[in-house]
Amino acid sequence: MTIDFIINQFTEIIGNFPVAAFLVACASVGGLLFVLMALNAMVAVYVERKVSAFMMDRLGPMGQGPGLHAGKWGILQTFADAIKLLIKEDTIPKSADQILFKVAPFIIFIGAIIGLSALPFSSSIQAVDLNVGVFYIIAAGSIGVIGIVMAGWASNNKWSLYGAMRSAAQIISYEIPAGLSIIVPIMMSGTMNLQNLIEYQSGSIFGIFPNWIMFQNPFAFLAFFIFFISAVAETNRTPFDIPEAESELVAGWMTEYSGFRWAVFFLSEYANMFVVSGLAVAGFMGGWLSPIPGFLNSPVLGLFWFFGKVSFLIFVMMWFRWTFPRLRVDQLMYVCWKVFIPIAMLNIFGVGIWKLIFG
Amino acid sequence: MGVIQGDQMVLNIGPQHPSTHGVLRLEVMTDGEIVSKITPHLGYLHRCFEKHSENVTYEQVIPYTDRCDYLASMNSNFGYVVAMEELMDIKVCERVEYVRVIMAELNRIASHLLGVGAYGLDVGAFTPFVHMLRDRERILDIFEYTCGARLLYNYMWVGGVSHDLPKDFKKICFKFLDYFEPKIDEYNQLLTYNKIFVERTADVGVLPADVAISYGVSGTNLRASGVKWDVRKEEPYSIYDRFDFDIPIGEAKFGTLGDCFDRYWVRILEMKESIKIVRQALKEIPEGDIFETMPKKIRPPKGSIYRRTESPRGDLGYYIESDGSPVPTRVKMRSPAFTALSCLDEISQGWMMSDVLCILGSLDIVLGEIDR
Repeated sequence: MTIDFIINQFTEIIGNFPVAAFLVACASVGGLLFVLMALNAMVAVYVERKVSAFMMDRLGPMGQGPGLHAGKWGILQTFADAIKLLIKEDTIPKSADQILFKVAPFIIFIGAIIGLSALPFSSSIQAVDLNVGVFYIIAAGSIGVIGIVMAGWASNNKWSLYGAMRSAAQIISYEIPAGLSIIVPIMMSGTMNLQNLIEYQSGSIFGIFPNWIMFQNPFAFLAFFIFFISAVAETNRTPFDIPEAESELVAGWMTEYSGFRWAVFFLSEYANMFVVSGLAVAGFMGGWLSPIPGFLNSPVLGLFWFFGKVSFLIFVMMWFRWTFPRLRVDQLMYVCWKVFIPIAMLNIFGVGIWKLIFG
Repeated sequence: MGVIQGDQMVLNIGPQHPSTHGVLRLEVMTDGEIVSKITPHLGYLHRCFEKHSENVTYEQVIPYTDRCDYLASMNSNFGYVVAMEELMDIKVCERVEYVRVIMAELNRIASHLLGVGAYGLDVGAFTPFVHMLRDRERILDIFEYTCGARLLYNYMWVGGVSHDLPKDFKKICFKFLDYFEPKIDEYNQLLTYNKIFVERTADVGVLPADVAISYGVSGTNLRASGVKWDVRKEEPYSIYDRFDFDIPIGEAKFGTLGDCFDRYWVRILEMKESIKIVRQALKEIPEGDIFETMPKKIRPPKGSIYRRTESPRGDLGYYIESDGSPVPTRVKMRSPAFTALSCLDEISQGWMMSDVLCILGSLDIVLGEIDR
């Protein structure tokens, strides 16, 4: 949508240079997405630190930033961290596979940023409005695992290898329940286009409740939970953080990384959280629609609702992280293959029957 | 696992690793995630405690005992001074006995708090660890208020203690106990009854009672296997026979008797018992002069003594041999954490990588005491 708009503007103002128009549009939108990614990581890291601190009865970062003496709330903490990471020495182990080691962070980064490009931030703000948006985001989410396996193998470190193997098994497994449960909104709305999917959810149930897919029938409600938990697993967050299990694998597949490359991993992790939360919001929670039906709906306010809902889901992920212990590898697989996948499959039947009976 | 067997991989866990609780190196033979053999390599923290002791006077040994089990320094001191007093045939005054018991039990709570908290950390739960450290700080504050030190106290001396209790100690201590007792239920809600935590710990790393006894495992690890053995009850030293307290044993709450969860649960229960003892001791503590029975010169008669006490990790024994001079001929420490570590290989074979660190954490070892 936004890309088309920029191409049209470019053609109108400067002239008909399709390649140049395409490149300018891609660069500007890509730049904006990168800024969003960086801002998201900055804010999310700060919030995560504060949330974890308050859950643990601590203060969290207090030093950096403006305020009374030495900063009151430490709001510039993540900026300080970012600067520290950028000026750190970039170490690459001697016996590492040099090329793969350097390429891996960027593959993970690409997986995260192309996912962002299809998210509907509001009814008129979206980088590309694909007719298979849901499918595209699910597919983009699987690119990261290649980078993870690459990083783990190239590091030439047993911990990294362990982390990478666990991660590959975990992400590939959890894509199945995630995919099976995102079929539910597609079945109900009959579209894979994210904008149409959200528009399908406008209106209200009994005039009070928002007509979100997760509230429309019990199967969809269940599907939302399966999708969200699988999404947490796909982003390698606690209680599914076994690939980087600190107390077992030191830092998993990131053990040998430092400085800027490590910062890229970090950036991608938070961007991935944003993408999966964004997909959950668009698919089940009415996207940019207001939670009060028909109240304060507009393209600009849609931006606010979308980011608000995504932030809420990200907060829930943080809440998980600072409350739960970690699952073991076999338990993780048990939950996926023996609990989530059968339920998600039955869900599809359930929704089908529901649609037959109630229309 | 099927018919196809790949090569075994040797994995070195440690000496620098987040969950080896110090500087321990575990040489682990793994087949993928499944562990087939563990060889612990010790000595990274060896400070020649026993050899040092042969070159310093009897009272100068006490600060070294602090540094052995640095999470329960009071209990380490306690064992040494009890052995020394038996060797020298000193009967310390009542007040000193009570002060020692209060301090040792408070330190037992502090040590178990760190033990179960760090165990939560091994299983992946960060928040309970920080909550427990917060409450441990309060105990350390009490110690600091009493003797000026927070970790290595050098508090119990032969025949007495270094400082008398402050005047408002009773009030502060009761306030802490009233604050702390409900907190244990909070930990239970946050960590103990968490479904994931139970799944990770129940039935994992079962240590049967006969295996535990054959390895010489003692303390909470032995009691979790269902053996009711506590030196405080079996061979009462100091004034432990006066107090009314239970010995919690493993009860197979969620899994098999002697699994990781039982070891964790016994520590939680033991904190409650320690609170009971401290409350009784605080009520009964008499007035008195703590320096009254302190000998001017420490020169035990020729002979030797072996005395064991119950430290938070188990049976802490001291063997002291004297030739009549102010310097001991031999000081030997029997470390409970060492024996606990020795059974790690047997109970964690066939479990997964994650479980090995979970089992290691449940044994609650302190490397300072293993390596001495």
